[in-house]
Amino acid sequence: MQSKTKELNPVLEVNNLFASTEDLPILKGVNIAVNPGEIHAIMGRNGCGKSTLSKIIAGHPSYKITKGEIKFTGQDIQSLEPEQRAQSGIFLGFQYPIEIPGVSNLEFLRVATNARRKFLKKEELDTFDFEDLVREKLELVKMDSAFLSRSINQGFSGGEKKRNEILQMALLEPKIAILDETDSGLDIDALRIVASGIKKISNKKTGIILITHYQRLLDEIKPNYVHVMSDGQIIKTGDSDLALELEKYGYEWTDNFLKKQ
Amino acid sequence: MVSENLVKDVVTEPYKYGFITDIETEKICKGLTEDTIRLISAKKDEPEFLLNFRLNAFKKWQKMKEPNWAEIGYKAIDYQDIIYYSAPKQKEKISSLDEVDPKLLETFDKLGIPLTEQKKLTNVAVDAVFDSVSIATTFRKELAEHGVIFCSISEAVKDHSDLIEKYLGSVVPANDNYFAALNSAVFSDGSFVYIPKGVTCPMDLSSYFRINSGDSGQFERTLIIAEESSSVSYLEGCTAPMFDTNTLHAAVVELIALDDASIKYSTVQNWYAGNEEGVGGIFNFVTKRGKCLGKRSKISWSQVETGSAITWKYPSCLLLGEESVGEFYSVALTNNLQQADTGTKMIHIGPKTKSTIVSKGISAGNSVNSYRGLVKMGSKAIGSRNYSQCDSMLIGDQAAANTFPYIQSQQPNSEIEHEASTCRISEDQLFYLQSRGIEFEEAVSMMVSGFCRDVFNQLPMEFAAEADKLLALKLEGSVG
Repeated sequence: MQSKTKELNPVLEVNNLFASTEDLPILKGVNIAVNPGEIHAIMGRNGCGKSTLSKIIAGHPSYKITKGEIKFTGQDIQSLEPEQRAQSGIFLGFQYPIEIPGVSNLEFLRVATNARRKFLKKEELDTFDFEDLVREKLELVKMDSAFLSRSINQGFSGGEKKRNEILQMALLEPKIAILDETDSGLDIDALRIVASGIKKISNKKTGIILITHYQRLLDEIKPNYVHVMSDGQIIKTGDSDLALELEKYGYEWTDNFLKKQ
Repeated sequence: MVSENLVKDVVTEPYKYGFITDIETEKICKGLTEDTIRLISAKKDEPEFLLNFRLNAFKKWQKMKEPNWAEIGYKAIDYQDIIYYSAPKQKEKISSLDEVDPKLLETFDKLGIPLTEQKKLTNVAVDAVFDSVSIATTFRKELAEHGVIFCSISEAVKDHSDLIEKYLGSVVPANDNYFAALNSAVFSDGSFVYIPKGVTCPMDLSSYFRINSGDSGQFERTLIIAEESSSVSYLEGCTAPMFDTNTLHAAVVELIALDDASIKYSTVQNWYAGNEEGVGGIFNFVTKRGKCLGKRSKISWSQVETGSAITWKYPSCLLLGEESVGEFYSVALTNNLQQADTGTKMIHIGPKTKSTIVSKGISAGNSVNSYRGLVKMGSKAIGSRNYSQCDSMLIGDQAAANTFPYIQSQQPNSEIEHEASTCRISEDQLFYLQSRGIEFEEAVSMMVSGFCRDVFNQLPMEFAAEADKLLALKLEGSVG
C-alpha cells in the first residue's frame, strides 16, 4: 500500500521529453520517474544525452525543450529559472565544476545555502552560524577548511572539485539530486569518500539520479533502478543487476537489444 | 558566452541622481573670450597674479589642439556654446549654513551628503560644490584646531594666497594639455587642502561635486598640499542630472607631498552616463597628477569610474623624492555606449622609487573601455621598481576592451613588471551560480566584485561598500 502512495507522488517525472540545442535534437522521448528515497542510475555511451538530460532538468539556457514535460513534485518546471529550480530543491552535481576566480567559496556556499533556506522559510544564517554548519558538513566529504577561503573551484584538483559538489549538495539538502559523472576522474580513495558522502546525505525524502559509466560507484551505492540510455532515449530499465550485465557485455549488448526491438 | 539580450537587460537601472534642482542661478553669457576670463576673475575678486595665470593659460589654450589619440569618438565640442560660470543666487556673504538656500541643502541631503550641523556626516569633513561654486565646508573649526586648512579654492585664493601662488600650476602647468589649459583659464571653484608639518589629518576629507545646469561646463580645481610627515585621506564623489545634451567637465587636481608625507586620494565618479542610445551624459576630461616631492613621500590614487559618457583621465605620479611611492588602483566600468580611456602615468625620477598599478576594466553593452598607462624610468631612477597589473572583463559580445601600456626606461638598474589578462563572464559560470539558487543579477555582481576585489580593498571602508553597490546597480538589468 505504502509503495503505491509513493509511486503516485514522484519527486521528479520526465515525460516523453524531446530537446535540442542549436536545432540539433539530443533528447528523443525520455521517460523517467523518481520517487522520494529512490536511487536511479543512468548509464550509456558518451554523447547519448545523459548530461543534456541533467542540464535540462537544472534549466540550462542552451537547450530547448521541443516536446514533453518535466515535473518536479507534481509541478511543471519549464517556466522556472535555474535559480528558482535550485531554491525549490533541484540539485545538479556537475561533471566539470567550473572555476570562478575572485569569488570566495565560503561566501558562495553561504549565499547559496541562504537562498535555499529562504525558499524553505527558514531563518537565513549569518557568517558565524554558517561557518559552524559548513564545518560539520566538511566532515562528510573529508575536506579541509582551507578550501573555504579559496575562490570557487580555482586550482582545485579533479577530486577536490567533485567533493566540493557533494559539499554543496549536503548544504542545500535537495529533494532531487542529479549527479553527473561524479565518480569520473576519482581515484579509489576519493571515490569511497564521495560515495560515503552521498550515502550519508541521502534519505527517505531525497531522490537521487547517478549518471555514471562505472560499476565501481554502484558497488558503493546500490541503485533501485538502472536505466540504459542510447541516442536520446532510455532503451532499457532494470534493477542493479542490469549494471552488472552492462559491465560484463558492454554497450554493444544494448545495441543488439535495440536492433531486436 | 552571455547572450546579447541577457546583457541588455542587466545595465538599465535608472540613474537615481538624475534630478534637477530648480534654483535661481546667476549665469554669464555663453562663449569664451579674454573678457569672459576677466569677468570670472572679477566676480571672484581675484588678485592680479591669478588673473595673469588665467590669461596666460588662455593664450596657450588658443594655440593648442584638442587631443585625438584616445580610443574615444564624439561630436566636436563647441567651446563657444558653453557657459563658463554658473552659480546659484545667494546672499553676498554667507556667515553660516543657516543662510544657505534650503534648496541647496536639500539637494545634498538627497544625494546622501547632509551638510547641516545636526545631520552632517560624523566621520568625514565635506566640501560641497554646486555648479561653479562651493556651497559649504563642514568641520572647518575642528580641522583648524589641528592646523588643517580645508576650504574652497576661491577662499584659499583670498586667505592663503601665498600657498596658491606657490603651488597652483606647479604640478600641472597651464600648458600641460588642452583640457588642463582650458581649466587653468576658466576654473571656477574646487577644494583646497593644506596639512601642516607632522599632522595626521584627524578625519577623512571629502569633496562632493554636483553639476546642476545643463548648458554650463564644470571646471573645478583641487589643490592638496601635505607638508613634511603629514598624512591625509581625501575622497571625491560626483553626480549630475540627466540631460539629453552633453556637459563638459574638465577638472584639474594637483597633489604635493613633501618628505615622509602621504596622500590617499579616492574617487567614486558617477556622473550621468547618457541613456542606452548614448544620448546625453558628461564628457569627463580630467587631469590629475601628484608630485612626490619629498623623500619617502607617498601618493596613492584609487578610483571607481562608473559614470560619464566619455572618461579621459590618467591620475599620475611624479616620483621625484628618493624612495617615494606612487600607487594607482582603478576600477572602470562602462556600459551601453559609454567610452572610457583611462589609466595612469608613473614617472620615476628619483632613485629607489616604487610604483604599483592595478587596473580593472569592465565593459558591458556596446561600450569601449581602454587602459592607457605610461611607466617611465628616468636616468637617475636607480633601483626603482614598478609593478603593473591590468585586467579586463567583458560582459556580452558587443563590448570592447583595450590595453595600451607604454614603457620607457633610461635606467638599466630598474625593474618594470607588467601583467595583463582578459576574461569574459561565461554563460557556464553564471549557470553554475544560478544552479545553486543564486539570482542571475546577484551572480553577475558576485563575479564583478570578485574581479574588482584587489582595488576595493584599497578604498576607505565606507567607500568600498558604496562602490560595490554602485557596480551592482550599474549592471542591474544589463545582464538580465
